[in-house]
Parts: sequence; structure tokens; C-alpha cells
Amino acid sequence: MSRNSNKLYTDRSVSVFKAISRHSLFIPIAFLAVLLLLNVFINPGFLTIGLGRDSNGNPVLVGNLINILNNATELVILAIGMTLVTSSSRGQDISVGATVAIVGGVIMRVLCGSETQPSQLHAPIIVALLLGCLAGMACGAFNGILVSKFNIQPMVATLILFTAGRSIASMAMGGLKPKAVASFGYYGNFIPGFPIPTPILITIVVIVVTILALKKTNLGLYTRAVGINDKASSLNGLNPERIKFLTFVILGLCVGIAGFVQSSRVQTVNPYTIVPSIEMDVILAVALGGNSLGGGKFKMTGSIIGAYTIQTLTSMLTTLNVNTNAVPVFKAVIIIILVAIQSPVFKSFFGSKVSFSRLTAGNGKERG
Amino acid sequence: MLFLNKTQDTGNIGVMRNKLKRREPLTDTAFLLTITVSLFVAIYALAIVFLGDKGFSKIQMFFNLFNENAALIVIACGLSIVMITGSIDISVGGSTALICTACIVCLNNYNFNFFTTLILALAIGLTFGTVQGFLIAYMEMQPFIVTLAGMFLGRGLVALIEVNQIQVANKGFEMLSGARIQIPFLGDINKKGVFIQSKLEYGVIVALIIVFLMIWLLKKTKLGRSFYAVGGNSQSALMLGINVKKTKFNAHLLCGLLAGIGGFLYVFHTRSGSVQQATGLEMDAIAASIIGGTLLTGGVGNIFGTLFGVLTTGIVLLVVTAIGSQDPWWPQITRAAMLCFFIVLQSIICSRKKKL
Repeated sequence: MSRNSNKLYTDRSVSVFKAISRHSLFIPIAFLAVLLLLNVFINPGFLTIGLGRDSNGNPVLVGNLINILNNATELVILAIGMTLVTSSSRGQDISVGATVAIVGGVIMRVLCGSETQPSQLHAPIIVALLLGCLAGMACGAFNGILVSKFNIQPMVATLILFTAGRSIASMAMGGLKPKAVASFGYYGNFIPGFPIPTPILITIVVIVVTILALKKTNLGLYTRAVGINDKASSLNGLNPERIKFLTFVILGLCVGIAGFVQSSRVQTVNPYTIVPSIEMDVILAVALGGNSLGGGKFKMTGSIIGAYTIQTLTSMLTTLNVNTNAVPVFKAVIIIILVAIQSPVFKSFFGSKVSFSRLTAGNGKERG
Repeated sequence: MLFLNKTQDTGNIGVMRNKLKRREPLTDTAFLLTITVSLFVAIYALAIVFLGDKGFSKIQMFFNLFNENAALIVIACGLSIVMITGSIDISVGGSTALICTACIVCLNNYNFNFFTTLILALAIGLTFGTVQGFLIAYMEMQPFIVTLAGMFLGRGLVALIEVNQIQVANKGFEMLSGARIQIPFLGDINKKGVFIQSKLEYGVIVALIIVFLMIWLLKKTKLGRSFYAVGGNSQSALMLGINVKKTKFNAHLLCGLLAGIGGFLYVFHTRSGSVQQATGLEMDAIAASIIGGTLLTGGVGNIFGTLFGVLTTGIVLLVVTAIGSQDPWWPQITRAAMLCFFIVLQSIICSRKKKL
């Protein structure tokens, strides 16, 4: 593996200029910088971070940047899982929003039982977290089986949960909208006396775990190998089915954590409106990170920066008083532009090689 | 039918193999169509026997199935065509929502009449079809990503036009929309013993005309046949001299046009519009196509099956509601379960085909 990466670096150093302009992190960082500049232009006090006090008098950090870092938590966590899924299965999971709702529903059911306003939690929070993650992983496994065993295009396979997920969440909660006690809210807001929002800490933990997993295990290498050519990887002794399945389960775990944070924010879950159109945001984050939506190589850092960029965009649009339902319009346009730039036709205008596999992957016809 | 294939194959391999290869798409279609039609008939018959007192024995119920699903039939036709070409379009729900709201705003505030509204609806549908078709066919972008963006774009534009739910407040349009066709000699006797003739909406006639037009188009025209060729294998279609890109573009254009007509029928039927309008419509249309025997891999499918796909989903949803579960989540879960079942069935059929 080390020889491989060495070769990669020497290749890259052949032309420095190309490396800068074509660096995989060039697009997301440039985009983020432009957005931040725009934000500063709109609101000169955008970058200030202050120490305020919440309603209970505890010290908390306030500021737009903190809000963005805080609100991007779910997006970052989901983008990490989605990057792996995109890489290995050459498609995206569009059911993440619905499965976040399922996880939220399960967590609420575990914490509140069948009461709408319980005075205490029915189960320890760690149990709720574990069951939530389990629910997320079960959804991921369902999608994973459809994709890996039955060879169904990921987006069609996940369309099933995309439709049913929010209804299943509603069923899991028994049609109630319970509200858990405030102590459950520590994980989505602040731990009293500690000024940094808890979601930011959770994000850091997740990112560190991801980096360790990618550095210490073969997960990243195998995922790339399967995504680039699953027949070749199977000839090399990998099991593409199992790896695709695994990436979906990992995404399920990410969904579990994201659902936990999300339901903790307001300590209640409305399955039909929780994380609206987040699937779009996540796919956008992955695309913005310089990853090809046709699978293969991936850049985790890019996805994470992409997720923060999307959150910055969202918060900017909110500052400009754009209706939350109308925000997807801008994102849809951006994703079209991004995917158009990635498309082989666009690239061939600039003289780079068009590979046959990418062409067929673009048609969604290539199967394992 | 599957069983039949097997016996033929083991019996006289050399000759039959050739025959089978030539007829394979047809066998698949016939097999899936048989399942769909018999499923529909079986469910309807069971519903009449066991749930007759809940209205299933009434003839009006049968016509209501069409009245409620006229828009879906048209939209599902479009989706079938796109799927036969090997592509997909999940933006139809978004564009329908956009058409509903745009039409109503124009009817209420800008004095549009029936025909200008129709033109507006078609224009919106065609715009979606053209742009998406261009991006998918000529830019070679993934159809799913493009149409996913289209879906959110459509719904987002609704919110830009009007955030709240709105109703049609245009006398002429309401009058036309309320008009019904009285079916001669068919009807039900109500509790008081009065004979009530069955009623059919005009939208259904439009939908059925479109179904037959599309069947003709797919069976008899060069364009229709090239859809199948491109969906079956775009490489060999290219070698046969078919303009693959143009065909794909045309499929999306046609789907956009049909989505426009379907969206108009939708607003004609519901007379209301909101951001949440037609949520999951794309999924219903895809499910109807798949249930009707259109393969996700492309190259196989027919519109007649799609019609029955719509009717089957319609009757299943009615049964689920009538069984007495008042919980609002069952219809959606049933839809997804049916879709799941048929997708898996297709996948099994496809993998068998590869092995043969």
C-alpha cells in the first residue's frame, strides 16, 4: 500500500501547476472561501465569535461560524458514510433522510415509551443511542442486500426506504409526537457549563474515528478497488458483494449517530419534517468534495469540507430570508453544474481522457 | 411461464435456445404482464367477496379507480418510456407540484382560462423534459442525479411562487373540472333504492387516449422501436445506426410532455396546490411501471402493463384503507413493500436470464 501511495505522490509532483488547479480539494476549498467572503460581505460581523449566556445562565459560544459548525454535524456524519457508499457501489443512497427519521422515531420510542410528555426517561440514553444505531444499520443492511445481492441500482433500491421511511418512523412512534426531558437535549445542544456545542465534539470524534479507520484498516483501499472495477477486485481475492454491503451498513451507523444528534436538538421528532431534503445536501457535499458520483476513487476530506460548504450556503440563504422550502432550488442548480463539470463530455472538451467505464457508469448500466 | 421456459430449455436445447433468444424480451414481458393482470383481478375479486359491504361491489368503485388515477396513468406512461430506454426520471412529482401551483396562481391572479393553463402546464413539463433530456443524453450525466435535482428544483420553485396551500378560484375552470360523463346503463342502486348512474371524469378519457397512443407509438413507429433498441443494448443500437443520444433525449422529452399533461390532469382533478402536493408521485409512477413489467435495466416493458400497474397499486391502496387500519402510515408502507417485491422479482428474473 505504501508503495502505491508513494507512486501517487511522485506522479502528482510531475507537474505542480496541474496539481494545484486540479487538486481534488481545490473546488470545495475555493467554493467555501467564496461563500465565506460573500457572507462577510453581507454581514460584516459574520466571523465574530463571542461568549454568551443561554437562558439558564450557562456560558455558551455564540456566533455564525459556531452555528455553521454545529448545524453541519448531521451533514458531515452522513457525508462520510455516503462517500464510502458512492465509491463502492457507484450510486447514492437517497433514503438517508427517511432513515434518520426512522432512527429518531426509534430513539423517541425507547426514551418516552408511549407517553407524550414523560417526566423522566424510560431508558438510559446509551441504550437509546445503541438501538438507534442498530435501527440505522438495519436500514443500511436492507439497502445493502438489495444492492449487493440482487444487483439493483443503489438509487432504485433506496427509493423503497425513501418512500416508506418516514411512515415507518411514524409507526415506530405509534403516531405520537413525544417530547423527551431536557437532559436528553445535552447531545444536540450544550452540556451545562461547557461552552462548546456538543454536536461539534461528536463531529470531531466521528471524523477522528473515520481517519483512523481509513489509515489503519484496508477499508478505504478495498472500497476504492471495488468501486473502480469490481470484477478485477474479485479476481484479486476481494468479495465485492460483502464490501458494498459493508459500506451501506457503515452509512447506516452514520445515520444512527446523525439521527441521535438530530432528535436530541429539540428532544422531539416529527417524522414527516425532520431533516427535509438532506439526501440532496449529502449527495451535493460528496460531489462538491471532488468525488465522482460514478464511484471509484474518493477523497474523504473533500466530502467533509463539502458538507461544511453546503451548511454555509444554507445558512447564507437563510440569512437572505429565503424560504426553507425554496432553498433546494439553489442547491439543485449547483449540483447540476458540479455534475456537469464532472461529466465525461465536459471533460473531453478539455482534452482529458474519457474512460469507457465512466461512460457506462454514467448510464447506470454497468453491473457487477 | 418461467416453468415453461425451463422445460423447453432442457428438452431441445439447440433449436430452442435460438428461438428463446429471439423471443426472450417478449416472454419476460408476457410473464410479468400475466402476474400483474392476474394480481389485479385476484385482488379485485377478493375485495368484492370479502369487502363488498365497504363499497367494492359497486360499479362506481371501478370507475373511481380511474377517476383517482387518471393523472398517474399518464405520468406512469412517460416513466415507462424513459425506463424502457434505460434511463429514469424521478422529477415528475416535483414538476407536477410546480404545474399545480403555477396553474392555480395563473388561474386566480392572471385571468388564465382553460387553454392557456393547459399550455402553461405543457410548457413546464416540456421544459423539464428538454433540460433533463439534454443533460442526460448529450452531457452523459447520471439520470438519477439530474432528475433528483429536478425533483428538488420543482418543489423549491413551488415554495418560491407560493408557500401556502392554494385552491382554484376560477369559475370557468371549476365548472369544467366538475363535469362528469354519465355512463349509460351502468350504475348502482343506493340505500334508498334509487338508481344512480356511474360517472367518469373527462380526464380519464384523455388518459386512456394517451395510453392507446403510446401503445401505438411503442409498437408501430420507428421512434418507439428505437426506444427498445437503445434500452436493450445501447452499443448494438448504435451499430444499427440508431442515434442513441437523440433517442434518449426524445424519451425524456416525451416523458416531460406526458408529465405536463399528467400534471394538468392532476390539478384538474384536485383543484389545489401546495409544496407537499403529489409527494411520492414519482415513486408511484415507477412502481406502476415496474409492476407492469418494465425492467429497470431497460429494453423490456409495455404501456398496457403500466396501466394495470397503476390499477393494481390503486386497488391495493383502497383495500389497505378499507381493511380498517386508520393509521396514516400503512398506504405508504404498502406501496414501498409492493415496489420492493417487484424489484426483487425482476432482479431474480434478470439474473436467471444471464445464466441461460
